[in-house]
Amino acid sequence: MYSKKVMDHFSHPRNVGEIPNASGVGEVGNPVCGDIMKIYINVKDNVITDIKFNTFGCGAAIATSSMVTELAKGKTIEEALKLTNEAVAEALDGLPPIKMHCSNLAADGLKAAIADYKKKNGLPLDGLCANPVCHACGAH
Amino acid sequence: MKQIYLDNAATTRVLPEIAKAMAEVMTENYGNPSSIYTLGQSAHEILDEARIKVAKLVNAADPEEITFTCGGSEGDTMILEGIAHAYAKKGKHIITSAVEHHAILHTCQDLEKQGFKITYVPVDEFGRVNPADVEKAITPETILISIMFANNEIGTIEPIREIGAIAHKHGVFMHTDAVQAVGHVPVDVQADNIDLLTLTAHKFHGPKGTGAIYIKKGIHPANIIFGGPQEHRLRPGTENTAGIKGLGMAADYARENMAVNGKKQTVLRDKLIKGILEKIPEVRLNGHPTDRLPNNVNVSIRYIEGEGMLLHLDLVGIAASSGSACTSGTLDPSHVLLAIGLPHEIAHGSLRLTLSEFTTEEDVDYVLEQLPGIVENLRKMSPLYNERKVG
Repeated sequence: MYSKKVMDHFSHPRNVGEIPNASGVGEVGNPVCGDIMKIYINVKDNVITDIKFNTFGCGAAIATSSMVTELAKGKTIEEALKLTNEAVAEALDGLPPIKMHCSNLAADGLKAAIADYKKKNGLPLDGLCANPVCHACGAH
Repeated sequence: MKQIYLDNAATTRVLPEIAKAMAEVMTENYGNPSSIYTLGQSAHEILDEARIKVAKLVNAADPEEITFTCGGSEGDTMILEGIAHAYAKKGKHIITSAVEHHAILHTCQDLEKQGFKITYVPVDEFGRVNPADVEKAITPETILISIMFANNEIGTIEPIREIGAIAHKHGVFMHTDAVQAVGHVPVDVQADNIDLLTLTAHKFHGPKGTGAIYIKKGIHPANIIFGGPQEHRLRPGTENTAGIKGLGMAADYARENMAVNGKKQTVLRDKLIKGILEKIPEVRLNGHPTDRLPNNVNVSIRYIEGEGMLLHLDLVGIAASSGSACTSGTLDPSHVLLAIGLPHEIAHGSLRLTLSEFTTEEDVDYVLEQLPGIVENLRKMSPLYNERKVG
């Protein structure tokens, strides 16, 4: 059901944890859906220098969280904002179709963390939302 | 790697002697039971023998009250739709419960579309139907009560004998989906006031694709499948003789070994439950502590999601199941766990381990050795867990 890459990121997740006093924190999903992702970023000179995650959810939720942290680390804010949920899934060699909707929220979590960082620093949000709607169940 | 199969409520291993006998039917005794020549008649004997064995297992008064089917879902559908259509003149009301298998619930939804009224009685925190609720729901329009004998997810055994007595007091037919119970706990259609029953072979070491329904003499469900005269004209089509042979053998085996195997599994079940509750904090047992199937363990482990647990267990060779949304194939967790009052996030973290007679104490010890570490790892990365610690 899951690709080798998904299973690798699921069983050996990268960048698990929290960053105290992070530059930005984003949270997506909710416990009713069965998925919550919390992404912490540190930003220095417009570059994501550190990133960590906490996730409650299924294998796909954990693997996409881990993958998004790998993809975003070292990127500028502008580059990071270009990451999509689909790109994260692709980097994992794909997800089962049902998971594309319910558990593939990691890029949204990253965007929420960036929005939080921008808000804290008085930077323009340009339409970014710190509380994106959960696609699967429509809840915040 | 070690392979520990603890998903026996999903399906069981076919006993080797049963598989062997079934193969022999297919290659040697392959005639059509409806044929008049010797090879056909010897195939027909397979049906006669298996019918007697299945009748014995559920204590049917007459083997002719047993009709072979292709399994549990087909049996449930045949009975619910069949009774509804045959007895609609009497009334169009059916009573069932909130925790039934989808084979019942989805058939009930189909009947609702056809104008039948269905009452879904609730269950208590253990998943038990209160017989008084069933009695209160009966109207002059009620034709059928269908309550499962034992729950497939949480293992709770329902008070079928009492509900059956209520059904009979009011002149209503009593059906029970006994798919999880038959072969595991004593089921006696006569003593338990059962008029109609569904069972399937693969839950007690028989083959998949073969089951049976019990229909008490004098009750005549309408056909939902049409064709030849096989299986009392209710289940037309050339009989699955190999499967039926396997069902009969599994029925005999279950009846002869039930007491011993039940006792053995109950000991291991309770060791597993006790071990999990002791070794892992913030875990609850789902289902009734004692009125439960001897092979069923179902727990909710807080702050983590079931699928992650299953994947990690699989990586160490343990096959298990969960009621989380990811494993239910929908966005909602199991309707059974929600019906017993669990909030979504706790229902998502459920784990079901179902034993068989092949389960050893060593297997149970291995699970108790592996599971706490898996839970700890998943909790470490769970925001629900970490925020709880901070808060």
